Amino acid sequence: MPYNIVALLKRVPDTESKITLRDNAVVTEGLNFVLDPYGEYGLEKALQLVEQHGGKVTAVLCGPADAKETIRKALAVGADDAVHLSDPAFEGGDAAATARVLAAALKQIPFDLIWSGKQAVDQDNAQVPERVAELLDLPHVNSVIEFTLAADGKTARCVREVDGERDVMTTTLPAIFTAQQGLGELRYPSLKGIMGAKKKPITDWNAAALGLDVAAVGAAGAKFQVIQLEPPPARPPGKIIPGDAQTAAQELARLLHEESKII
Amino acid sequence: MSNNILIIAEGRADGLKKVSFELVNVAQPLAAALGGAVQGAVVGSNVGAWANTLAQTGVTQVYVADDAGLQNFAPESYTTALAALIHAAQPAVVLFGATGWGKEVSARVAAQLDWGLATDCTAAQIVNGALVLTRPVYAGKAIAQVQAKSFPIMASIRPNIAPPAETNKTAAPIQAVTITLKEPRAQVVETVAQQKSKVDLGEANVVVAGGRGVKGPEGFAPLNELADTLNAAIGASRAAVDAGWIDYTHQVGQTGKTVAPKLYIAAGISGAIQHLAGMSSSKVIVAINKDPDAPIFKVADYGIVGDLFDVVPALNAAIKKEQGN
Repeated sequence: MPYNIVALLKRVPDTESKITLRDNAVVTEGLNFVLDPYGEYGLEKALQLVEQHGGKVTAVLCGPADAKETIRKALAVGADDAVHLSDPAFEGGDAAATARVLAAALKQIPFDLIWSGKQAVDQDNAQVPERVAELLDLPHVNSVIEFTLAADGKTARCVREVDGERDVMTTTLPAIFTAQQGLGELRYPSLKGIMGAKKKPITDWNAAALGLDVAAVGAAGAKFQVIQLEPPPARPPGKIIPGDAQTAAQELARLLHEESKII
Repeated sequence: MSNNILIIAEGRADGLKKVSFELVNVAQPLAAALGGAVQGAVVGSNVGAWANTLAQTGVTQVYVADDAGLQNFAPESYTTALAALIHAAQPAVVLFGATGWGKEVSARVAAQLDWGLATDCTAAQIVNGALVLTRPVYAGKAIAQVQAKSFPIMASIRPNIAPPAETNKTAAPIQAVTITLKEPRAQVVETVAQQKSKVDLGEANVVVAGGRGVKGPEGFAPLNELADTLNAAIGASRAAVDAGWIDYTHQVGQTGKTVAPKLYIAAGISGAIQHLAGMSSSKVIVAINKDPDAPIFKVADYGIVGDLFDVVPALNAAIKKEQGN
């Protein structure tokens, strides 16, 4: 049986990029933006499920106007259509505010299951999908590395990884699943996919389209405000311990014992 | 709402996790600044022993939701139970440990109560009456200070940022909180065997990590021996994981785990920016690499330029000798 699957995605700076800060904000000029890696694992699973069972994958991304280019990447690998949640009022939101936007959008999109990353590698909040699940009164399974749908399409069985343990979890559908590394890397787009992505529909929704009060979203709706954003403190210069392996190792053990008092 | 801080303790089969005791010490200065007390909560099935232990850490009150329905983890049931505990305690601030469990349940509870939640914080303080939290973003490439606009509010606190409270205080009163659980839709039905590493990477005091320089799965053997000596967890760079030499659950970095142990030993790791992001807030960093220009030496407190297959076994022997002194 076919499934309508939503892949919740986020646009983030490439993990190989250096983060430069100015006036308590990240300098975005020259920054290479990509789909969040954890969201990509979820998107890949969504694409595989539709290949096996039929249905369609809708990519949903909340981000600024210029995130369209990143959304096209999801369409290029095989998502059927996309929804771009974009409004100046959405900007500066914390997890609570962003979850409200996503939940409002998901009320307008038919779905049987939702994939999301377990966290995004920019803010590392790791709370938006759980919040969306609670706001929509859906069950969720977090940090999924293996996923099987039951033949009747009413339940799913997941292996998930948390705190060094592996659990088997079952859930009824519809539900939200968050992807952990290990679920599977996203495929590369084909040339045909890249060309085809230009013709696939992207629906734009702003606060008004979702019936959202602008005071409840973005920086206005956030429960926190960022008062400072700084580079991590520089580490004091270290020392290179000279000598052959034996000599250096003995000196290091002595330093860890006497100077750092760690061993 | 009171001026109290409520800490949510968590445990596993062998008792409360260390982070639960650390939360008591994170909460004390906040409670003092707000003129409130530190209270604790435990949730689960058959968790009386956890409650008794927590009661001796210096908290003034322990709330317990103990229900057979919480035997197996189910996000919805734990959300219901935790929301009931928070309702009973009426705190100004709730602190969770920023473990996988803590992050997952805190998010769902925060949504149910419509509270703010700052994840994975490395410091918490009261400034001009407001809660200000320090949290690494971009896996540590930047550090944010976020201020809660109001109370009540929640945060999860990273392990290893405060010393654990001792359990030598007069036992605080324990209050059972009655909860009514619905049949959960998602639940754990089985817990699969643990991974090879005996020490959980996120909570470890010492991490011994290997990268491209270990050259293959068998190259982790000397690292494992050193880890045994130091009671350390095994970490790995993305290069070693992508090569298939070690399971991704060991990966440290922006797409793996962020760790801040007392001692991080990087062997054969060059120090790609996404790896450095995940470990550069460790207290002491040791780098062992053949390449004297490897970026890892820029963040290391102590560096040895040499072949890890010579240095690591020699270090293991030397540490054993120091431990004997």
